[in-house]
Amino acid sequence: MPAFTLIPFAPAAGALVLFFFGRRLGRKAVSLIASAAVAVSLALSVVAFLNLLSRGASGPDVTIHRLFTWISSGALRVEAALRFDALAAVMTLVVSGVGLLIHVYSAGYMTRDRDVARYFACLNLFTFAMLLLVLADNLILLFVGWEGVGLCSYLLIGFWFEKPSAAAAGKKAFLVNRIGDAGFLLGILFLLVATGTTSFAGIDEAVTAGAITPSLAVCSALLLLIGAVGKSAQIPLSVWLPDAMEGPTPVSALIHAATMVTAGVYLIARMNVLYAFAPIAGQVVAWVGALTAVYAGTIALVQNDIKRVLAYSTISQLGYMFLGCGVGAYAAGVFHLFTHAFFKGLLFLAAGSVIHALSGEQDLRKMGGLRKHLPLTYPVFLIGALAIAGVPFLSGFFSKDAILVSAFSQGRWALGTLGLAGAALTAFYMFRLVFLAFFGDARLTLEAKTHLHESPPVMTWPLLILAGFSVLAGYLGLPLALGKNANLFFRFLEPIVPSAEGHLGRSAEWGLMLLSAASAVAGIGLAYLFYIRKTALPGRWAARRPGLHRLLLHGYHVDNFYGAVVVKPLIRGSEAVYRSFDLGVIDALVDGTGKAARFLGRAFAFLQTGWIKDYALAFLLGVTIFLGALLF
Amino acid sequence: MTTGAVVGLSLVLFVLGVIAFFVKRDLLTQFMAVEIMLNAANLAFLGLAQGAERLDAQVIVFLVMTVAAAEAAVGLAIILLVFRRKKSIASKDFRTLRG
Repeated sequence: MPAFTLIPFAPAAGALVLFFFGRRLGRKAVSLIASAAVAVSLALSVVAFLNLLSRGASGPDVTIHRLFTWISSGALRVEAALRFDALAAVMTLVVSGVGLLIHVYSAGYMTRDRDVARYFACLNLFTFAMLLLVLADNLILLFVGWEGVGLCSYLLIGFWFEKPSAAAAGKKAFLVNRIGDAGFLLGILFLLVATGTTSFAGIDEAVTAGAITPSLAVCSALLLLIGAVGKSAQIPLSVWLPDAMEGPTPVSALIHAATMVTAGVYLIARMNVLYAFAPIAGQVVAWVGALTAVYAGTIALVQNDIKRVLAYSTISQLGYMFLGCGVGAYAAGVFHLFTHAFFKGLLFLAAGSVIHALSGEQDLRKMGGLRKHLPLTYPVFLIGALAIAGVPFLSGFFSKDAILVSAFSQGRWALGTLGLAGAALTAFYMFRLVFLAFFGDARLTLEAKTHLHESPPVMTWPLLILAGFSVLAGYLGLPLALGKNANLFFRFLEPIVPSAEGHLGRSAEWGLMLLSAASAVAGIGLAYLFYIRKTALPGRWAARRPGLHRLLLHGYHVDNFYGAVVVKPLIRGSEAVYRSFDLGVIDALVDGTGKAARFLGRAFAFLQTGWIKDYALAFLLGVTIFLGALLF
Repeated sequence: MTTGAVVGLSLVLFVLGVIAFFVKRDLLTQFMAVEIMLNAANLAFLGLAQGAERLDAQVIVFLVMTVAAAEAAVGLAIILLVFRRKKSIASKDFRTLRG
């Protein structure tokens, strides 16, 4: 059995042990077991990755290991099979690597929580589900992992379920995801009917052989997109992610960096052959991504909760990944996923460190001046912010640039321009956050001030490691302007995930790089102007356009809109059905049966006289009639 | 004795049992009437078995006797309990099951 088949099962074993025996083990043991399980996955991922790298020219690009036949019904055969290739290698490394750091960090962050065992068990289960998702060889098994991460996100977002808002957020995440999953499931069924198989190789083969009509391909690609949109929190299903901030901060890091939201991008990259065959669906992917990038970016401008800013930034960055995949630059999309995992993991964990230091305070308006008090958290947060803002020489710059270059080289000027605007927005809101939290006067509450402290080493080490990757990961994918083979990442992915064809020409690519760097710097500069030099400006601007400010603050009122258009009619309708059908028909039938029996009983009760002789007489008569009928 | 005579006797016994059941007013005697009916049935079995020269009907007689013994144990216990509660074994005092 190849090493990679065991990757998902180490955390699965960890989760089982913790679910059943976690309460009896000590806190230390619980976090140790959970981290060790993910560490095993990481080690196996590295081994499998090195095997893949050293396979030589003739080695196979894809290794498939069949565990057992899962479903066998007529012509339908679904294997429980795992598949390891370049894309799976990238994903397993990211999931288990970033996941491990988050596990270690959690050991410090969750020390005071009383339900550590449940927390780590869910965390391990989450990692298992995501690893299964990225290693599955067919859509059905992928769907198992897909639902698994959905379930675990529900369990972890609602981890503090005593808090009504946390319970509601978990429910919301689950339900919104369910809408996407319904589309996804339909897409799988479409493909199954059209191609007779659900394995990726089989679908790719059928699509390239032209066994599927273009309209059917578009339909199934769009349905898969609905699933991806739900999981990756894109327009119009983005509403669950900001609320998901109710969970513990390391969980947010896990959802945003390693597991869950990247699943949608992964799905589209995995199905790239189908999307290449359905260009209209690709267009939709690109537009959804570009619009989401700008939409979420504008909302992030005015949020006051440190975690909500980061949540909207994730939605916006996922938009970039969709944009990349949509214009055919799947490798660029995956590359951004890869770098984003590091700096977003870093930002969330660093934000957790800030929240931890301030005894749970998340409001940016009650922070400020933390630079001096958090000598370790501040620089790593700054690195994360610089990376996500797309400042040159950090990882985010390279991956974002790869996507923008692809968009422009495909002649998609509108999309590319939206992407550039999003980049400027990103730089602005990230540095607004940095300036509000770490610079200026301290606006802390008394309670936060008295307990102010830097986090313990078990929390800061993961931060440092992630900061290192946030700086360096980009150099795996140097811009094409430096030469065709400069991009090691793209070359590694090439057999599985294509990068966009078509080039702008070297000078245009350099120009675009400058433009993207300039927009990042402009964003940072504006943030500096607004939040350091003239701190009265933001308030004045908000006062001048109160409507616009409120619109952004409430996320374009999308939640209210869905509440009015979807949720309320649904609840009203359910209530009407409950009253008319459940109470009026079903309950009435059940009650009626009982009432009828009681009525009949009462009607015939006179027969039960209690006189033994009456009974005996009835018996005698019965026997006589019966015998008489028998004899004559 | 001929088969017909035996079956005739059993019929007479059975009818006697039925009549006794309806005429008598205390549970104990009525219970004895039931026993008479059971034994009448047994007698019919035996007579017919003799006539047909078969053994299996005689086996059933043993079965009926066993059932009758069990029924006697349960029935007498019930009558005893009724007597303890009501200080009477008249069947008219035992009407709690009326609807």
